[in-house]
Amino acid sequence: MSPFAPYSHYTVGAPLTDTAAPGGPVAGRWDRRRFEAKLVNPANRRKHTVIVVGTGLAGGAAGATLAEQGYRVVQFCYQDSPRRAHSIAAQGGINAAKNYRNDGDSVHRLFYDTVKGGDFRARESNVHRLAQISVEIIDQCVAQGVPFAREYGGLLDTRSFGGVQVSRTFYARGQTGQQLLLGAYQALSRQIDAGGVEMHARTEMLDLIVVDGRARGIVARDLITGRIETHLADAVVLASGGYGNVFHLSTNAKNSNATAVWRAHRRGAHFANPCFTQIHPTCIPRSGDHQSKLTLMSESLRNDGRIWVPKAAGDTRPPAAIPEDERDYYLERAYPSFGNLVPRDIASRAAKNVCDEGRGVGPGGQGVYLDFADAIARMGRAAVEAKYGNLFEMYERITAENPYEVPMRIYPAIHYTMGGLWVDYDLQTTVPGLFAIGEANFSDHGANRLGASALMQGLADGYFVLPSTINDYLARHPHAQVPHDHPAVAEAAGEAADRLRRLLEAGGDRTPESFHRELGELLWDECGMSRTESGLRKALERIPELREEFWRRIRVPGTGEELNQQLEKANRIVDYLELAELMCLDALHRTESCGGHFREESRTADGEAARKDEEFAYVAAWEFTGPGNAPVLHKEDLRFEYVHPTQRSYA
Amino acid sequence: MNLTLRIWRQRTPEAPGAMTTYEVTGISEDMSFLEMLDHLNEELILSGDEPVAFDHDCREGICGACGMVINGRAHGPERTTTCQLHMRHFRDGDTIDVEPWRAAAFPVVKDLVVDRSAFDRVIGSGGYVSVPTGSAPEAHATPVPKAVADLAFEHAECIGCGACVAACPNGSAMLFTSAKVVHLNVLPQGAPERGSRVLDMVAAMDDEGFGGCTNTGECATACPKGIPLQSIAHMNREYLRAVVKGGRGR
Repeated sequence: MSPFAPYSHYTVGAPLTDTAAPGGPVAGRWDRRRFEAKLVNPANRRKHTVIVVGTGLAGGAAGATLAEQGYRVVQFCYQDSPRRAHSIAAQGGINAAKNYRNDGDSVHRLFYDTVKGGDFRARESNVHRLAQISVEIIDQCVAQGVPFAREYGGLLDTRSFGGVQVSRTFYARGQTGQQLLLGAYQALSRQIDAGGVEMHARTEMLDLIVVDGRARGIVARDLITGRIETHLADAVVLASGGYGNVFHLSTNAKNSNATAVWRAHRRGAHFANPCFTQIHPTCIPRSGDHQSKLTLMSESLRNDGRIWVPKAAGDTRPPAAIPEDERDYYLERAYPSFGNLVPRDIASRAAKNVCDEGRGVGPGGQGVYLDFADAIARMGRAAVEAKYGNLFEMYERITAENPYEVPMRIYPAIHYTMGGLWVDYDLQTTVPGLFAIGEANFSDHGANRLGASALMQGLADGYFVLPSTINDYLARHPHAQVPHDHPAVAEAAGEAADRLRRLLEAGGDRTPESFHRELGELLWDECGMSRTESGLRKALERIPELREEFWRRIRVPGTGEELNQQLEKANRIVDYLELAELMCLDALHRTESCGGHFREESRTADGEAARKDEEFAYVAAWEFTGPGNAPVLHKEDLRFEYVHPTQRSYA
Repeated sequence: MNLTLRIWRQRTPEAPGAMTTYEVTGISEDMSFLEMLDHLNEELILSGDEPVAFDHDCREGICGACGMVINGRAHGPERTTTCQLHMRHFRDGDTIDVEPWRAAAFPVVKDLVVDRSAFDRVIGSGGYVSVPTGSAPEAHATPVPKAVADLAFEHAECIGCGACVAACPNGSAMLFTSAKVVHLNVLPQGAPERGSRVLDMVAAMDDEGFGGCTNTGECATACPKGIPLQSIAHMNREYLRAVVKGGRGR
């Protein structure tokens, strides 16, 4: 690869195949894989060490389960406690094909809905397994004491979520993620106390250690002392979450970051579908330049709220002063059968379009109204309060506006990333011995994730899939010690230390925050809700310049031998500045619109997203070739034997 | 608005700390308290000063990472987490004192950051149901009356922020510990370990150096999630029951 090849001149490498996936009827594949996977003798398991990075639903569940099986687990999280991982913020619920409502649900229907909802860019084998495991997750969580909502008869309550026609979403008020995470955290805590898990809180992974082609450990920094340590193991599991924070403003936790996955990518793990990012339509708009993150409100609000903007651009009258015939209920107008309940991507784009036309409301014109006046008139204020009281309270706390009297203002925000490290059916990346689970991998949601499916996937991977498949890898690779002074170990640790030193010594005049904000705005404009060739090319030109400027002008105060939050932040931005480039390239190369990826050039006659199945029914897995160098694209073709691709229509 | 901040600065756990005064200007009332501190930190970096260290993550009031004593009150004047406190609750010209959680069991790490790992060890001593993955019965095998499920949920809402300990004049963790004990002990799934759980968790809590409870009720007043004060009485009953039954910890 010539170092002078422009980044966008990628080459196409050998196709990628998922060799771990068994054949045969889809419903029998998971059983078959579990039977064919080699097992590790229980007495030998304690000789194997597994590193788990992250303690969210996927990581917490995996760490606890692997320790229960008898493996030695060494686990990491950057937070001060494993209980704080960002899974905790998930509100809505978790899907499971229990069919408790006798409403026609089944494993096959959940499988079907998820493949279709992912806009036919996910693997059938993986999605079917997810649907199968969904029922076991609920059993496990209930047994742990997760206080799901219940009916008066004492049985579990469910609700319908995300536009599906069955009621399969289990929930714990608006705090389902919190309750599920605490269940996993408690199981993990039990193993920490029993000595099965060696927990390193406030410790951040900085690099992956690869020895003889296999993942054998990580470089991590103790965030309190600043010490850079190497940890060695027989396998490494990344459960470090998604990369939505590359956009600066997102609904992710402030410290969620992409360093673990990006460093793994640099060490040989292919990165799949990085342009598949999800935008959530019902977030609270930003209130000014000081905004540090965005807060999501459950999209259940769209069940009763009506979305509108003024018909005329530049109309700054207060909402109550705008008469009914001067309002544009644009979703109800354009999508009469689905109205305000169109899928997330469509609702988000429509909001962007009306704001781009100058019809947005609130500060900066980046908002649309979500109005409950009709709902209050129809159901009464008490009924609205019973249904949405906590959300209204949260909104009022943040905006100081009373949504019972003034319409809410909402705007879309980055919420979830479907892309991630490429993994096979065993959740193993292209680096043998390196596994990726939960949002960190790309596997189950295709181009668009359905509501209440993220919690399902995180727990499926962590409790059930990984603990079964990692056996096979460990059984085939008997434990062999890596000496701590192995050149690969020293090299990785040295590189991590060098990078931090460079950041501290740069002594420039711009703060880490200022670069993150600038990068985020660029990505939001050019690689956000809708993307164009010219915009993406512009971003691809600008990102290397920004990277160069970053190293020239960054200022990081303090030293590396102490708690230094600015150093942590700057180090994460280094990786965002490379990941952003790959996202734009992936978005540029995929000249179709599908799921969360909308290319303005690829639309149907009525302006909706047009998928191009003949050209793009594949997973785009990118191979790293050097910073700023054109990567190599490996395509994994997707075949649909059970759910046949159709164009989505919501008109 | 313009504000005077007096912030506790402490470089290391061993170093002596002190209140340091900063003037901030141009604060919008729509900023959260943490965004106001972000604003201060940006200025400190550019002026060659050390930014203030503080814990924070989700900024939605659910992860429990943030927490500081603001004008003498844990999480400040509103009953919420620090991240959900907005500057509109202050006035132009105010002087605001900002300190870390103060408790023997929460040593200061740096500035406003404290070590709350004692909470994790309390949970690890018994705050769980022993149910290894894969061993669970069918979820509907044991119905749970709605009132019981709701009571469990009310206690399960604890976010582990530590405001209860910071607010308590004794630095007691009774509210935190009782929230978990009640959550699990009222559920049928938690029944087999009901006695050992409360005995072990109370013992772990004492070992960590948290103070005793003298029923001041400050904990429940400061709790951003509204864990009720009765929770402590409920735990005391569970404890008594376990002792009377001759129960022992693990």
